[in-house]
Amino acid sequence: MNALSHSLYVDSYRDSATVEPGWMNRVRRQALARFEASGFPSPRDEEWRYTHVAPIERKLFAAASGPADVATAAALIASCRIADAWSLVFVDGLFAPELSERNGLPAGVTLDSLASLLALSGAEAEAEGLAGWLESELELETESDRHGFLDFNTAFFTDGAVLRVDTDAMLEKPVQLFYVSTRNGGRATLRNLIRIGRNAEARIVETHVGATEASTLAAVVNQIDIAENGGLNHYKLQLDGGRAYHFGGSYTRVAREGRFGHHTLSLGGLLVRNEVHARLAHAAQTEMNGLFLSENRQHVDNHVRVDHDEPHGSSRVTYRGILKDRSRGVFQGRIVVHRDAQKTDAEMNNRNLLLSDDAEIDTKPQLEIHADDVKCAHGVTIGQLDPDSVFYLESRGIDAATAREMLTFAFAAEIVERMRPDPFRELLRGLLLARFPNAK
Amino acid sequence: MNTLLRIENLHARVDGKPILKGIDLAIRPGEVHAIMGPNGSGKSTLSNVLAGRSGYEVTEGTVTYRDQDLLELPPEQRAREGVFLAFQYPVEIPGVSNIYLLKAAYNAVRRHRGLNEVDALDFLKLVKEKTKMVDLDEQFLYRGVNEGFSGGEKKRNEILQMAILEPTLCILDETDSGLDIDALKVVADGVNALRSLDRAFILVTHYQRLLDYIKPDHVHVLAHGRIVKSGDAGLAHELEQKGYGWIEAVAAGT
Repeated sequence: MNALSHSLYVDSYRDSATVEPGWMNRVRRQALARFEASGFPSPRDEEWRYTHVAPIERKLFAAASGPADVATAAALIASCRIADAWSLVFVDGLFAPELSERNGLPAGVTLDSLASLLALSGAEAEAEGLAGWLESELELETESDRHGFLDFNTAFFTDGAVLRVDTDAMLEKPVQLFYVSTRNGGRATLRNLIRIGRNAEARIVETHVGATEASTLAAVVNQIDIAENGGLNHYKLQLDGGRAYHFGGSYTRVAREGRFGHHTLSLGGLLVRNEVHARLAHAAQTEMNGLFLSENRQHVDNHVRVDHDEPHGSSRVTYRGILKDRSRGVFQGRIVVHRDAQKTDAEMNNRNLLLSDDAEIDTKPQLEIHADDVKCAHGVTIGQLDPDSVFYLESRGIDAATAREMLTFAFAAEIVERMRPDPFRELLRGLLLARFPNAK
Repeated sequence: MNTLLRIENLHARVDGKPILKGIDLAIRPGEVHAIMGPNGSGKSTLSNVLAGRSGYEVTEGTVTYRDQDLLELPPEQRAREGVFLAFQYPVEIPGVSNIYLLKAAYNAVRRHRGLNEVDALDFLKLVKEKTKMVDLDEQFLYRGVNEGFSGGEKKRNEILQMAILEPTLCILDETDSGLDIDALKVVADGVNALRSLDRAFILVTHYQRLLDYIKPDHVHVLAHGRIVKSGDAGLAHELEQKGYGWIEAVAAGT
């Protein structure tokens, strides 16, 4: 990006208060310099060809100052809180401990706010076993397809969740992470660090909600590290308000025999970009399921990348979109099988249902294969509801509108069925049924 | 006795092409009518016009069902009024379970009749009983509608729906095609079990074999969009012996 498109966000940068360690300021300043050079991604970048984020630059969303609006946030999360889970709640980018639930975490598990860990003194951090780890994580130098949002995030994040599950630890209950946007014109920039130790297991339900009338920006980056034979199921419920801009990226490294499940449901927001990347070592597995329902003028972009670095890995990427009105969807998926990744088993599938003549979907699944002994497949469909199926239901006494809704719900429900195990199955069905009230 | 269904001078076309060219047919409650004919004679078009499928354009004639203009009703209203079509090619609907569809359809009919929706347990009892009747395993109830069913299982599923919805006019569109003898008997048993004084059947078929198991009151031969010959059950045997060639000749001569 040239100097003419200098980002005004850069001018808003201030070194954080003295609570952060010196290296943090250095890392932020380096990221800021890269962001200043690149700006937000532009449509000239192939990975951003269909999603234009210029309004984010124009609107200059401001970071929150002052105390969080806890009452509003509490009301917003009440509708999508899952029973019996630990939780961290962030309101407009700030940690709200009073809404969070951390009682009874088992030994070997850390669940805390990133800002509070960065505020520890050097000696305290050393005692927590965090010294060095935070610094190396936050450098975030290794990402493929890196772009302005990542540097923006590093420069500006105000907080985020840290979840560390040590070797052999099992989190019996899911961890629900809430990101709540309440302020018109406000932004929330958050960085989450998740580390699943060797043989450890956890489930995370990342939940984004916002006030319906507020124009907001959420820019949330997850760095996920799964050690040998560890397992993580990461669920993302994107339920932002109708005027929200949402960038959410998950960048995951999966070590030997590790397992990464990623399951996204996008229902809200005005402009949404979900990114999920996974880098797989020997015999590591990933299953990614995504579903979005868009209406009015919503724009929802799902961007997936899987890198098979070593042999015997497997990946299953299954995304579906249901588009109404003048909404627009994007699916860009790329599975890269590197030269050494023999015996890789990879499959990517994207199906889309266009329920209006004015809706649009751009879909681009790609396989890039550099090894010669692999099993890879991909497929795409774009279509309307099958008129034969509608007539079949009508011929059984079901009116046309209900028939169409039943079929649409069924299309969505097939993806929900894949999102196992299911800490929020009932919640999810409820959210879908709210969209298809005649399909229950 | 009143006429249940009266078809008069029915003309219909598909994609602009005339298929039905003047059908006349009257069906009284309790009767079983077989409509036979060679491929392309218009048998399936007639079934689809009666069920109200879009794309089948009626250009002339009338269809009166229980003193109503059937052609004016949308397909779901026809179903609620008791018209049932067993499809020649039942569609697969993944994600909608069989039992869910059965319940939605059953309750739609009940509401139309001014009855309360059925209690879940009572309904399950009814469904299990009928499922046994058509010799389907109960696990089929919980699978997607026809999803991964064999040809015979799909046809038996159609009969199951029919048995539960208890329609007044049942149209079986080549339900016997592609069935082995065991499945054919199940279909026939299902129809025979439902035969009653106030219910009528239209059996659309290409083969006489089905009529060995369901004895029709009337047999009509359809060719080139018209009924060219009507008779009793004996006509079916005549067709079996002579084939459709002579019918073609008769139709061509008119």
